[in-house]
Amino acid sequence: MEIPKSFLGYKRENGRAGTRNHVIILPVDDISNACAEAVANNIKGTIALPHSYGRLQFGADLELHFRTMIGTGKNPNVAAVIVVGIEPKWTKRIVDAIAATGKPVEGFSIEGVGDIDTIAKVSKKAQELSMWASEKQREECPMSDLWISVKCGESDTTSGLASNPTVGNLMDKLEPLGVHLCFGETSELTGAETVCEKRGKTPEAQAKFKKTWNDYNDFILKEATDDLSESQPTAGNIAGGLTTIEEKAFGNFQKIGGCQFIDVLEPAEEPTKGAGLYFMDTSSAAAECVTLQAAGGFNIHLFPTGQGNIIGNPIEPVIKLTANPLTAKNMSEHIDVDVSKILSREMNLSQAGDELIKSTIRVANGRLTCAEALGHKEFVMTKLYRSA
Amino acid sequence: MSNTDIIIHDEKDNVGVVVVEKITPDLDCNCWIMENDKSVSIQSKDEIPLGHKIAMIDLNEGDTILKYGHDIGKVVKNIKKGEHVHVHNVKTKKW
Repeated sequence: MEIPKSFLGYKRENGRAGTRNHVIILPVDDISNACAEAVANNIKGTIALPHSYGRLQFGADLELHFRTMIGTGKNPNVAAVIVVGIEPKWTKRIVDAIAATGKPVEGFSIEGVGDIDTIAKVSKKAQELSMWASEKQREECPMSDLWISVKCGESDTTSGLASNPTVGNLMDKLEPLGVHLCFGETSELTGAETVCEKRGKTPEAQAKFKKTWNDYNDFILKEATDDLSESQPTAGNIAGGLTTIEEKAFGNFQKIGGCQFIDVLEPAEEPTKGAGLYFMDTSSAAAECVTLQAAGGFNIHLFPTGQGNIIGNPIEPVIKLTANPLTAKNMSEHIDVDVSKILSREMNLSQAGDELIKSTIRVANGRLTCAEALGHKEFVMTKLYRSA
Repeated sequence: MSNTDIIIHDEKDNVGVVVVEKITPDLDCNCWIMENDKSVSIQSKDEIPLGHKIAMIDLNEGDTILKYGHDIGKVVKNIKKGEHVHVHNVKTKKW
């Protein structure tokens, strides 16, 4: 198949392009969720991104909170942003950082005003921004405007046999076109960590990966009361035939095909070394991982599943594929691309990769994913440690 | 092409993955090795569902399970060729 050269996206003020055109109401903290959700209820064409944190965090954990908030606002799938916080200082910090992209952004704080008057003020601004964004048109964008993140979930052995290698095949075909790519899941590379480390393109990238994985492993050894056998592999993984974390890791690792990673990113960090594959230090919990990747600036996500993970994200469309014929049949409303014919050998990997590329472009052009149609908007902050 | 019951990632692997809804005991199964496109056959000893592993050789306690050509864990209970390989007879080497 000849790989398409372009897709239809929304060109943004900073030169990036979006696959979606969201106007988001972003609460800084847990107690501002009610206001954000009330505004999104009032004003059509806006979405609220409620979450559980943002109070009394400190140090690296607070920095990650800000990076996630700011990165979400900066994502090119977002046309305009309203930030709502309990107090003005942290709200302003987020607004100012998002404003650097040139997109419309405004902040409001609730303290001294109350929910009802804030909701009224924010609603007026939200209406203006929603109507402004509704006039944005899709334009032809080069494939290099796609920033693709990947993460698998509820994996089983069919993930390692077929759906993850299908993503790897897509990476091998799209990397030469200057696409940004990102994989994560530090914990789920356990067992394959030395093989993964060697995929670093430079000694620096390899050393950075090794340190990231070692830090994670030290943390696990320190915190674990018994071992991780109760959570890694998960009960779903085991039902699907995965026996050990090592087996899961080598399956997981198939997602990057033959690509080498050029850098290791902090959670929610935006890549700055140009096109190519990046590793991001993330949890392997699906919603946390995709939230961090979206905050890193990735604008379309590929999610291979075995037993049927149903995750979505509010701003980054999540395309699901499976090679498990039972999942494809029993959970068809969640599966965008069925590659189960690889197992019956009626389809080869390259054909499956081509199908995934076609679906990726259709979704980039605006086709709703299953998760979008079903209303999945999981926005989950990663918390590094307890609050003060 | 005859129907494939089991797929093996790498020639070095000592387990294969069932890719049909299930295999039943004493069934002659067709196996396909992805890495070199070779075919082999094996007789099953257990009922094994889709996605679960079958031992391609006899395995003893302490042996290493190879899949993708890599170490994915250790045998904790002897396994006969054709038997189901899973959490009851294989454990991680991590943790």
